[in-house]
Amino acid sequence: MLEVRDLRISFRTEHGRVQAIDGVSFDVGESEILGVVGESGSGKTISLLAVMGLINDPNARIEGSIKLRGRELVGLEPREMRKLRGREIAMIFQDPMTAMTPVYTIGWQIAEQIMAHEKIGKAAALARAVDLLAEVNIPNPREAIHRFPHQLSGGMRQRAVIAMALSCNPALLIADEPTTALDVTVQAQILDLIRKLRRDHKSAVVFITHDMGVIAEMADRVMVMYSGRIVERGTKAEILLEPRHPYTRALLDSIPPLEGEKPKRLRSIPGSPPSLFDLPKGCSFAPRCPSRFERCAERPALEGGKHAAACFLKVAS
Amino acid sequence: MLLALLRRFGQMIFVMFGISVLVFLIFFVTPGADPAARIAGRNASPETLEAVRKSFGFDQPVWVQYLTMMKKLFVTQDLTSFVNRGWKVVPAVLDTIPVTLSLVIGAAILWVVFGMLVGLIAAATRGSWIDKLLMALGLVGCAMPVYWLGEMMNLVSQSRYHDTWLFSWVPPLGYKNLSDDPRGWFLTLVIPWFTLAILYIGLYGRVLRANLIEAMQEDYIRTARAKGLSETRILLRHALRTSLISFVTLFGLDFGALVGGAALLTEVVFGLQGVGKLTYDALQNLDLPVIMTTVIYASFFVVLANALVDVVYILIDPRVRSA
Repeated sequence: MLEVRDLRISFRTEHGRVQAIDGVSFDVGESEILGVVGESGSGKTISLLAVMGLINDPNARIEGSIKLRGRELVGLEPREMRKLRGREIAMIFQDPMTAMTPVYTIGWQIAEQIMAHEKIGKAAALARAVDLLAEVNIPNPREAIHRFPHQLSGGMRQRAVIAMALSCNPALLIADEPTTALDVTVQAQILDLIRKLRRDHKSAVVFITHDMGVIAEMADRVMVMYSGRIVERGTKAEILLEPRHPYTRALLDSIPPLEGEKPKRLRSIPGSPPSLFDLPKGCSFAPRCPSRFERCAERPALEGGKHAAACFLKVAS
Repeated sequence: MLLALLRRFGQMIFVMFGISVLVFLIFFVTPGADPAARIAGRNASPETLEAVRKSFGFDQPVWVQYLTMMKKLFVTQDLTSFVNRGWKVVPAVLDTIPVTLSLVIGAAILWVVFGMLVGLIAAATRGSWIDKLLMALGLVGCAMPVYWLGEMMNLVSQSRYHDTWLFSWVPPLGYKNLSDDPRGWFLTLVIPWFTLAILYIGLYGRVLRANLIEAMQEDYIRTARAKGLSETRILLRHALRTSLISFVTLFGLDFGALVGGAALLTEVVFGLQGVGKLTYDALQNLDLPVIMTTVIYASFFVVLANALVDVVYILIDPRVRSA
């Protein structure tokens, strides 16, 4: 349903052009959940903001192809893109505390989105808002539409944001770390909610996170990103159980085990992600990689069909 | 709500009391201040001095004098000038209030409307030549002293080009009562309004632009974009409302100060007998009763304007309501 091909995003800066996304390709099928994992700065958010058409930095250059149900989104007229945003593609952002305009009630804000895309009266739109809030399990929705964002808890706000994102039945929902800012118990409820909504609305979901635990809960397929490229992709089982790329393995190693002896220290990845201004010529993970060898001075391609990894090791082993 | 009003009222009384005591003390108790000598004039004989002291009541303790003055100001309202004996101060001040209010309210409407337009247009076209032009003009507006601009306006509209079609409608300087001659009132005030407003248009436009641009970086603006709203709607409905806080704060301070007499320069240039002009004249000959009355009046307006600002905060931002 969503086809991204060879997406490249670069920014003009004082120190020259910086390639933030370098040749990323992926697909999302109908009502599928694609998990996107990576450290901060790996380009997971920026590549999906490009799908939303929300990169409005005049210094940004977006190349490649993004197709939603066969329709090319790169270079689409802003007016046309605006009609798609909020109706065909919706996005939930990380921090529910700041995601809603503080001066309007949540009912008003949900109704605003419905009225932006459909010919519908204010009363009808508010009635829809009540139904949506009920659907995301907000207690007493008839009264809740008159609440301002600051009068709700973080979890309730995130539910309201999700209700707003779903208000026009989008085909694709992009969730950018929707649980990171929430308590663990609330996190689980929100994850349940998103799974339930996928079932009821048949929306496809792209789930951005840096939490492998959330991936294990949610995703059908997984894509691991590192410094603007995809380093590995496959089904959830493939990625979690037989990771091929050393970076994916390192990410999995950094999760505390549930059973067995508790390790003294969690294993972490040495070093920090490379600066985009100064990317290594070859594999960009090589400087931090425990199993690097001579060939890593070249850039590995993402190979291997369905379960693909951008690493020479799989060939070697 | 009632409690908040009462608290405001108490605050107002406190401010007015403090200011009146301060003015009174400066007049009477600062070293070398002898009001009797000032009133009696230079080279007055000791007998005259003594007579003045008695007749103005300066021989009584300071706090008695203060209370007498306050009583005359608020209760009997028959406070008379120290300089022109028998000239009642309270009606004199009341006469000047409509002049100042007419000037300041008219200018305030202009600067709020145009300041908002300038800020919105500049923020919407950020980085373009329109934005740069508006900000440059705003800076010019801020930088022009009001007395100079006023005199230039007078030079052009009253003298040099008065006989052309463009300025032949401009009446001579001075104030006309709104109730007697509404048309004359309006025509005499048009140029003073613009002169006073130009400074504030530039200032408010720049402040609003900065606040709007800051608001446009907020997360909720990204959400609004993700909802598929138009840029105009995002700017007007989502960014503007939260950006108005400093605009309103500034407005309260400036409006209060101007009504309280800070429009002096404009009043002098355009020959308007307003509160500022009255205070200025009273300061020239240290006429304490007049100074005291205008200062009390000014502090009343400053506090009132700020109380109104608080009410507007509540309207703008629901987070203030529950706090």
